[in-house]
Formats: sequence, C-alpha cells, structure tokens
Amino acid sequence: MSLLSPKDDTQPWKGGYAPYDLIKELCIAVGVIGLLAVVLTVLFSSPDDKPSTIAQWSREQPVNFIATAAKELNGTSDTAEYGPPYNHSSGSVQHFLFLHPQRWLGVSHPINTAEDYVIDPLRTIPGDPALTSAVSEYQAAPEKTKKEWGEAYAKPLEEYETAIEEKKAPPKTVALDPSTGAVTVQASGTGPVPALMAGLLGLAKSGGLDGSLLTSNQFFQTDYTKPLLFMADGGLLGERAEAQHLLGEQWGMMNETGSYPGQAWLWLYTLWYQVEPIKSSSNADIQVMLIMGLLSLAFVCIPFLPGIRSLPRKIPIYKLIWKEHYRSQQSV
Amino acid sequence: MSVAPPPSGEGATAHPDTWTVRVREAAVEALPPEKLLPDGQPTYVASWIYVFGVASIASLIVIIASGSILALKGPAWWHDTGVGHFFNSIHMWSVELFFFVMVVHLWGKFWMAAWRGGRARVWMTGAVTFLVAVPCALTGYVSQQNFDAQWISTQAKDGLNSVGVGAFFNVTNFGQMYSYHVLLLPVAVVALVSAHVLLVRRHGVVPPFELDKRRVALAASGSGEADSSPEPATGAQT
Repeated sequence: MSLLSPKDDTQPWKGGYAPYDLIKELCIAVGVIGLLAVVLTVLFSSPDDKPSTIAQWSREQPVNFIATAAKELNGTSDTAEYGPPYNHSSGSVQHFLFLHPQRWLGVSHPINTAEDYVIDPLRTIPGDPALTSAVSEYQAAPEKTKKEWGEAYAKPLEEYETAIEEKKAPPKTVALDPSTGAVTVQASGTGPVPALMAGLLGLAKSGGLDGSLLTSNQFFQTDYTKPLLFMADGGLLGERAEAQHLLGEQWGMMNETGSYPGQAWLWLYTLWYQVEPIKSSSNADIQVMLIMGLLSLAFVCIPFLPGIRSLPRKIPIYKLIWKEHYRSQQSV
Repeated sequence: MSVAPPPSGEGATAHPDTWTVRVREAAVEALPPEKLLPDGQPTYVASWIYVFGVASIASLIVIIASGSILALKGPAWWHDTGVGHFFNSIHMWSVELFFFVMVVHLWGKFWMAAWRGGRARVWMTGAVTFLVAVPCALTGYVSQQNFDAQWISTQAKDGLNSVGVGAFFNVTNFGQMYSYHVLLLPVAVVALVSAHVLLVRRHGVVPPFELDKRRVALAASGSGEADSSPEPATGAQT
C-alpha cells in the first residue's frame, strides 16, 4: 500500500439483485425533470434586462460619457492602463510570486483607447470641416501637448464626477444643458479636445459609436470587446449592477438580475473575494484563480488524498444511505 | 444486382487480426450487453440518494433539448418572442436543476466513498464533469445578449485575464463564447458523462462498507454509537 494507492479490500458484490428497468427509470427521470423545469418556467420565467448601449449611456449620463471618453483619449482609463491582453500598460497586471501568466501570454486583443474609442470613430463623421480640422490638429501635436490638453480638459470633469458621487454641489466649470444634453467644460489650454469630445458625444447619441466600435475589416461582427470595455470604464453598467446587487462586494457575477439564483455554483469562487487579505489585494484575481485551481485538483483527486478519502468511513452518513441493506443483513 | 449479406455469426471470428474485431472484442469484454443495460441491480441500491445520478442525466437531456430548440432559432429569437422566452426559461431552470441534482449526487457519492474497489476513475470523471459544466454555464450566461451578459462578461474577464486564459478565451467576444456554449463545451460534458456512465456500468455501483455483526445491528437501528466501535471487519479501508 502506498500513499496514493490506499489499502482497499472492497469486494465485488456477491449478494442478491433486485429487478431494475434502467431505461424506464431514465424516461421517468426525464419526464419529472422536464415537468419541474416547465413548472419553474411558468412560475418564475427568466430574466432578460435589456442591454445598455453607448447611445443610451451618452444620452442619460452625458457628463460621465465625456469624462470617460476624455480618459480614453488621455490614456488614463481603466482599459488604457489595463495591460495584457489589451495593451502593454500594467494597471491591472497581476502576478503570484514568480508566476506572471498575464504578462507571459501577451497582448492578444490590442486596444489603443485614444485611436479606437475617439480618433477613429470621429474620422467616420463626414461633412464637418471643423471637426476634421480638430482631429488633424490633435494628431499633429506632440505627445506632451496632447497630454497637457487632455489633463486640462479632464480635471474639471473629474471634480464634477467626484462631487456628484459625494452628493455635493458640482463645480460650475462643467455645465450640462438638460434640453440638448450638451456638455460645456470651462478650462483653458485644452486645444482641440472640446471639439473632439463634442463630436464624439454627438456621434454616440446618434447611435453611430455603437456600430463604429464594432467595425473592423469584416462585415459580420461578433466581438464586443471594445464597446464593452469602453462602457465598463464609464458609470452606467456599474450603476445598473449596483441596483441589481451584482457588484463584487455583493457577491458579484454569481448573481443575475432580479431574484434569480444565478450561478450559485460559483459561491466558493466568489467567497474568496469577500475574505481578507484577498479582498484588498491588488492581485486578488490571480490568487482566487490559483486557490480554485488547487481546490479543483484536490476535488478530482479525492480518492488519493489521505485523510479526506477516509472521512466517509469516519463520519457515518453511509449508515443512513445503506440503512435498508444493514437491516436486511441483520435479519439474515 | 444483389449483394449477398455477410454470413451471420461468422464476422466476429473470420478476421481476428483486424482493428475492428479487436475493438469490438475489447468493448464486449469490458461491457457485455447484460452489464451495459442490466435488468437487475444490487439489493443495497435502495435509497433516494441514488435517484440524483439519473436525475443529473435527465437534467442534461432537458438542457440539450431546450438548448437545441434555442439554437435552431438563433441567439436573438428568445428576446423577441414569448415562445422563445419560454424555451429560454426552460433552458435556464434545467441548468439550475442540473447543478442542484449533480451537487447532491456528488455529495452522496462522497459519503459512500464511491471511489472504492477500483472506482477512482468513476469519481474523477464525475468531478471533471462538474468542473467542465461550470464554464459551459458561464459561456451561456455571457452569450445571453442582455444586461446580465454585459455585466458578467466584463467582470469575469479580470479573473481569466489574471491567469492568462483571457488571451485565448475572451468572454467579451460573443461569437467565441457562443461557439463554446453550443458546441465545444457541451460535447465535452456529454463525452465525460458518457465515460462516467460506462465506467459505472463496468464497475457497478459501489457496495456498502462491510461491518461486523454488532455494527450492522447498530447501523440498522440508525444509532450513531456505531461510530465509536472498532474498525469495520472488511472492505472499509479508504
């Protein structure tokens, strides 16, 4: 007997057999489970909350949209600073000890937030010489100047967003016209950025940006990485998720909208995010994934794990399961 | 022109060296028909816990049937029609039932130490089935084309990216996730379940722990005192 090959003298069954109709049992089980699914469907249906669109976001939260777009242009959004697989930044790059798998696998879905989210969509707008000129001016400027313009424009917007978040009076440097949804940012040294943002807001409201972010060299599109990450950088998805108890601190993605059970089987995965020190770690994701990987391996290998494999004999739940068997043995 | 049928009953031994004959003989030896589709089962298989294994397979059948109807009509159908939403709901609830009965089944088999008697592969294929079913469900959630799909995909990406999986398994790519959900992962689950069931049929349902007479009496009476008694006589080392 070795550690991995435990002593096991379980003998083949030499006792009696009872009549059994395997196919009939399966058919009955399918009928019962199917009926249960229908009953649950009739009683509870299933959730189908409409997806958010960039058009909806730009109309409902134009300031948040502009603030997010300014960060994309300036390279300071979550996506711009993410790192692999989207770019070569390091804001969301995680590691565990000597393991850097995120870095090792590299940039497989490249996203240049300034080009992909702002400049390229603006280039698709025809018949607007002022906008075309603003795009050209921005592109021709040195990187340092672009940075200064972007920061000068983004600062009042960040102050506005912070004030709204803290439920304080917003600064007057950002004005929202409720009738038109136009956003005016009072700041100097912003170069052509206000014109770019106004053009992008107009494109987004018209629904053009939703389609533009899906455009590549293919006619048919199924990859929503760019628009989803853009929206995730903004506030609309998070706001809806919070209202539907879907944030990370609310046990996150194992839930779904409404009061439906969601992916309850992910409870152990989500649990680790609620526990310190993982909860506050900047490498929480890789730590949780590695823990779950190890636990999954242990789960599969239970037959070879000393101690764990002996629990069923030590905790006699089997006596309930085979109570009839032991009773018949006693009578024999 | 008519073609004469092969002589019946002679095919199995006419060409013993062919690959086909070897596979057939190995398959029949491993799983003779009466073992593959038995009409009797050991008398100890007499508990409600045994129902959850077949209930897991039944749930999988309902999942595949409802999912096939959804696949026939395309991914947008269930958003636009009441009938589509009805079948989507059946699909979702059968998934919930599948995981519920599968977890009960796994717990039941754990407390039976169902890996005994050379049945480690039975346990392992069952456990891997559970683990593969998780991404199978996840790809369904991110293929829903609604707000849940948007939120779950943008959240799930961080965990997958952190270990490098996001480089080739992109949860924000609907086309890729849909392919995984309707083909690749279901095929994997069905293959694993098939292997699991064939292994169960080959090795049989794990027998009870054998107890000495005094422990049998205590177990039959349902008393927990048996736990403090000496080691089982035979067949109980795990």
